Amino acid sequence: MNLEVVIGLEIHVQLATRSKIFSGASTIFGSAPNTQACLVDLGFPGTLPVANREAVAMAAKFGLAAGGQVAEHSVFARKNYFYPDLPKGYQISQYELPIVSGGAVEVAVPGQPPRAIELTRAHLEEDAGKSLHDALPNATGVDLNRAGAPLLEIVTEPQLHSPEEAGACMRSIHQLVTWIGISDGAMEEGSMRCDANISLKNPNDPQLGTRTEIKNLNSFRFVERALRCEIRRQGEVLRGGGTVIQETRLYDAKLDATRPMRDKEEANDYRYFPDPDLPPLVLEDSFLEALRRALPELPAARRERFEADYGLSAEDARRLCENRATADYFEAAGQACGDMMLAARWVTGDLAAALNRDALDISASRVGAGELGVLLARLREGVLSGKLGKEVFQAMWAGQGGADDIIAARGLKQISDTGALEGIVDDILASHSDQVSQYREGNTRVFGFFVGQVMRATQGRANPAIVNELLRKRL
Amino acid sequence: MIEFSLAGLRRALDGGEISSLELTEACLRRIEERNPALNAFVTLCAESALKEASRADSGKAAGGPLAGIPIAHKDIFCTRGLRTTAGSRILDNFAPPYDAAVVERLAQAGAFPIGKTNMDEFAMGSSSETSYYGPVLNPWDLSRSPGGSSGGSAAAVAAGLVPAATGTDTGGSVRQPAALCGITGFRPSYGRVSRYGMIAFASSLDQAGSLTRTAEDAALLLDSMAGHDPRDSTCARRPGERYSAALIPMGARALEGVRIGVVKEFISEGLDPRCQQVFSDNMATLRGLGAAVSEVSLPRLPLSAAVYYVVAPAECSSNLARFDGVRFGLREAGADSLEALYTQTRRAGFGEEVRRRILVGGWVLSKGYFDAYYLKAQRARRLLADDFARAFESVDLLAGPTTPAPAFAIGEKIDDPIQMYLNDVYTIGAALAGLPCISIPAGAVAGLPVGLQLMGRPFAEAEVLRCAHAYQLETDWHRLWPPGTAAPFGTA
Repeated sequence: MNLEVVIGLEIHVQLATRSKIFSGASTIFGSAPNTQACLVDLGFPGTLPVANREAVAMAAKFGLAAGGQVAEHSVFARKNYFYPDLPKGYQISQYELPIVSGGAVEVAVPGQPPRAIELTRAHLEEDAGKSLHDALPNATGVDLNRAGAPLLEIVTEPQLHSPEEAGACMRSIHQLVTWIGISDGAMEEGSMRCDANISLKNPNDPQLGTRTEIKNLNSFRFVERALRCEIRRQGEVLRGGGTVIQETRLYDAKLDATRPMRDKEEANDYRYFPDPDLPPLVLEDSFLEALRRALPELPAARRERFEADYGLSAEDARRLCENRATADYFEAAGQACGDMMLAARWVTGDLAAALNRDALDISASRVGAGELGVLLARLREGVLSGKLGKEVFQAMWAGQGGADDIIAARGLKQISDTGALEGIVDDILASHSDQVSQYREGNTRVFGFFVGQVMRATQGRANPAIVNELLRKRL
Repeated sequence: MIEFSLAGLRRALDGGEISSLELTEACLRRIEERNPALNAFVTLCAESALKEASRADSGKAAGGPLAGIPIAHKDIFCTRGLRTTAGSRILDNFAPPYDAAVVERLAQAGAFPIGKTNMDEFAMGSSSETSYYGPVLNPWDLSRSPGGSSGGSAAAVAAGLVPAATGTDTGGSVRQPAALCGITGFRPSYGRVSRYGMIAFASSLDQAGSLTRTAEDAALLLDSMAGHDPRDSTCARRPGERYSAALIPMGARALEGVRIGVVKEFISEGLDPRCQQVFSDNMATLRGLGAAVSEVSLPRLPLSAAVYYVVAPAECSSNLARFDGVRFGLREAGADSLEALYTQTRRAGFGEEVRRRILVGGWVLSKGYFDAYYLKAQRARRLLADDFARAFESVDLLAGPTTPAPAFAIGEKIDDPIQMYLNDVYTIGAALAGLPCISIPAGAVAGLPVGLQLMGRPFAEAEVLRCAHAYQLETDWHRLWPPGTAAPFGTA
């Protein structure tokens, strides 16, 4: 029996604000435990939360970018439960009236046409702290640096049908939130965490199957691997005539298996109610309009423009729009050299390879977009051959200067002077009369031999087009 | 002759009749003398008060309208480095690292704390009997309750231990003890005074107020307490006013043109007939001052106790979750699991009334009951606020007795929560609607004081205070001292 997979994601994105969502404490990652928690974060008696405008603006920006409804009126609610890393005994979140409803993201799995996945909602909430179970002997430590960090929880509709789609969806959301600048997207620092809901059903059954929730999937790879495991597990249960139990599970990467979370919190009634310390969040039209105007051109629009205006292939446009820095780099380099196709080839080719080799982000590229533009201009003008271009690029990458400096210093300028090349060609033909005879007898394969000799004589600087033309004429 | 009020002491200090040190020492002596019986204070800070007084006298302290005057803070306001218990064992060892906004603002005006006053645990109670530190007694009759939850502040001011004290009013916790102790208790509009640093009971109802000898003193305190505070998102974004300036000048017909509505629902069968008589006399006095008194109806008012005892416990169950033994306050030793740490600490740290309200609150918010209780109560609360708004279309102020009866005996109601809750029926309505309101001494029944309550439109503090002040210019109830209590400095 073939079972249909149904997946929905809840993705927690940490917003890139300087201070926490309800306090003035800093959000910088990696500080010593409890050095970035103020009295509000510690839940001291008498302290009160004040909503961070920047976090609100970022959530609204996401709503606008995803094409969702940004609520004029949304409400913070308290989610009540006890845990040592939850200082107030409740988490301030949004429940019935979230700041964003609806919207969609485009999900593309290689080899399949892209698909829009609808979003249910996105809401603001505060992060909890961290329990440190191994830091102290015979005791559990609590680090509240993260307590109160601003999160946007993005919930998708259950419209994903494979682990690959789920991974692609997470990537797409990662692309969007970093693109619009509301998150640093640093996966290794936990800036994006995912819970996945998954169920299987008979394709003919209109009803969804019983789902399980897999919590704390903190990389694209883990989302896919965990879902693959869970699909296998649920499939075995169902095919064996059993029933899936609705529960929360954890993915164990070492065992490559999911297991039920043994936690009483499962049965918790969170007793949500509107937080009386925070008045409803009211967003003025003018505020939203200003955000809308400040929104950058979004990935999909930019891809389409790259294809339409620059004649790029869909694949190149997609690669160049993976993130905003790459797209910006490409356009700057292209405009500097006046040839967008050439720029696309280099940014996705030699530049990407160099970045990859040195594990660098494009924003930290050793060759800037303007510098690459100069190199590409020299290629386009015929000053450099393609081969020499690569050599100059590597020299630029190694920090030896700009394209023009390197060309001058190494005397790499291509010889396009017909008069100068004529002399060289004549000398070579004169000293290789055997090969000339062979050619004239019909063995045209030796043509390449002559080209090679000219290149050797000029250290590769001869303009190949002119060399070809001269040889053909003389022979 | 020095009048033991903020206004009177201001004049005496400015006129050189008394120094701040003399005043502070006099208060401390009186506290030493009377507090063992009254149990009005939980913690004293004599040393720092004397230091502040000397600074004020030497002119080193920054001046201010309250410069040189010692006051008491209800032990629910955080005071930097000074133990703040909220009347609870769970905070017995808690010294906050910061000052509440109210403490800060009053200090800026020159008023310094002399101590922290006893109260019902976490302000949950109407008799000051639920305190971990034992009940407060009423200076008018030591067998009776001073009311609550700000009973310590009320008793301290009534017995002349301090000229004024702060309090908090969630459902009547300033007005009811003021009425039962024969002093003035003022609750500003919700949002008029910052809640920052005030340990929360029910956030949507809690409001800082004052216990003073006169309405004029309430205005003097409010001058300094009111105003926007960016640290409290529910604090009104409007500047404070010079409330004391609105009280003068006043002639014989000071209330000419003021329309006062007598709330029909207050005059019900639960009201002690002797108190009803006092209230009728009060209305005659107001008429005599030129006010037009008529009857108005707030049809949903009878729902207010039911609404309050859903909303307040719901919020308290969540607000008190932070007292978990992990970061501050009591941690009960010997717990062998996280759950045991929570349950043992909270069982040992919270008294019975607090536990009762946490349980009720958790229940009305839980799945399956939320709609029927919490949501319905919120809806009723809005309707009640509408009733008030409608009444204020035809009158400027509302009036009623503050309590159904004078002070009750210690122990009389503590075992019957419903009877205790019903003591607040007259004060809860204005709290639910967030209105400014005041209780002023307005008569006596069997030698015990009785209060008159006045309520105004949101942010009409000045109107409420003006009417109360006019009444006090005309009457002497606020000048009475409890039997056996001599007026400080031999004043009347």
